[in-house]
Amino acid sequence: MGYVFDLTSVLSGQYLNWFLIGLATTLALTLAAWCLAMVMGIILTLIRMIPFRPLGWFVALYVEYHRNVPLLVQIFVWYFGVPSLLPRAARQWINAHNGAFMLAVVALGLAAAAYVAEDIRSGIRSIPKAQYEAARSIGFGYLGAMGYVVLPQAFRIAVPPLINQTLLLFKNTSLAMAIGVGELTYRTREVESYTFKTFEAFAVATAVYLTISFAIMAFGSWSARRLRLEAL
Amino acid sequence: MIEILENNWLLFLVGQYPHGPIGGLAMTLFMASLALALCFPFAIALALCRLSPYRWLRLPATAIVHTVRGLPLIMFIFWTYFFSPLLIGRAVGGVETLVIALIVYEAAYLSEIIRAGIEALPKGQTEAARALGMTYWPTTAKVVLPQALHNVLPSMVSQFVSTIKETSLGYVISAHELTFAAAQVNNVLLTQPFEVYSILALTYFALCFTLTSVARLIERRISTSRGGTPGAVVVA
Repeated sequence: MGYVFDLTSVLSGQYLNWFLIGLATTLALTLAAWCLAMVMGIILTLIRMIPFRPLGWFVALYVEYHRNVPLLVQIFVWYFGVPSLLPRAARQWINAHNGAFMLAVVALGLAAAAYVAEDIRSGIRSIPKAQYEAARSIGFGYLGAMGYVVLPQAFRIAVPPLINQTLLLFKNTSLAMAIGVGELTYRTREVESYTFKTFEAFAVATAVYLTISFAIMAFGSWSARRLRLEAL
Repeated sequence: MIEILENNWLLFLVGQYPHGPIGGLAMTLFMASLALALCFPFAIALALCRLSPYRWLRLPATAIVHTVRGLPLIMFIFWTYFFSPLLIGRAVGGVETLVIALIVYEAAYLSEIIRAGIEALPKGQTEAARALGMTYWPTTAKVVLPQALHNVLPSMVSQFVSTIKETSLGYVISAHELTFAAAQVNNVLLTQPFEVYSILALTYFALCFTLTSVARLIERRISTSRGGTPGAVVVA
């Protein structure tokens, strides 16, 4: 049909600019949500360590909710639902401060936190109890045994899955397009509808996503080799 | 919230049917089941290729799996959305688009699960079958796959849960499924977005949590029947 594949048509002038803004937004979403996920994941892990049953149930409910509800729906709940519960002043503040971006970060970060908490927990659980007991028996306190013996080993086991979570988080930022955050997928659609260069626009986005994903995957498998514990 | 459910439960359940296309929860379940069933043969083929001793089978299969894992599902949906009309030569609806995209996407993930299942089998199984004079295909079809697929059943149920969750992306291309139905209800009511989307979230939760629990139950059954340690259920 005489279609000419022409990348320069979408990689020049304002369209290149849109792609770059989109990429920057995707990276900003990933970074912000990642920080939130790590902080919240560690908090959830700490809460679960408190020997008080209802707190453990709360964390379990948190994890199950975020794992069993589609991320897109979680984003909708945060973007459409939660602001409607807030007082008018808070709503106006959110609208004035790039609310879609902010609420997307909250939704993505809190959802990833559930997986992060699970990864940290299974890292800790995979350290044999004897390690902890041995540390206590040679005179370490609870914090000493955890801080010097259990957690450093658990960390090495938890890092590869956590890098995998980072990859998922990076890919999931594409869902923010559904609430109008101008990230890479959203900008790609914009370029596509302005230029009608469907193939080129999506080829560029695909290449960008793949490059970053492969970099994260390579880092993941490198760290898995590097951090492997021989004894376990 | 109860009132919204009373007035709109049919829309949540089956969409506009019988006055329009079927949608809602029924369509969500239908698409997820269809996608998983149709991707199954591809997943087995990919898994066998990745474990093949021949480079010309192994490398392309590995490349496919890594490419799929490196892209957001939404990218696949858009590629399918724009390309399948060119390939088929007619307009393709949202539901077909989503199912095709899901088949490609899930095949890669399911193949990893199946591959893990095959690799977890003791090597003696294959060796014994080969020693009995069975060639590659009988060994694979009668000895390796039945055991491997049985062992990864929990992970497959988890993959079904993932697929159900992923059908929610049909909203983006206006496929009539559960999330789309909720958005329609929200557009009519306008003033109760939190209630509408909470109903949506709870519906997904009830469905997926039940299935996740079933997966855990099967996993316990299998690990006790094998007398081994429980394997990890892959939940994505």
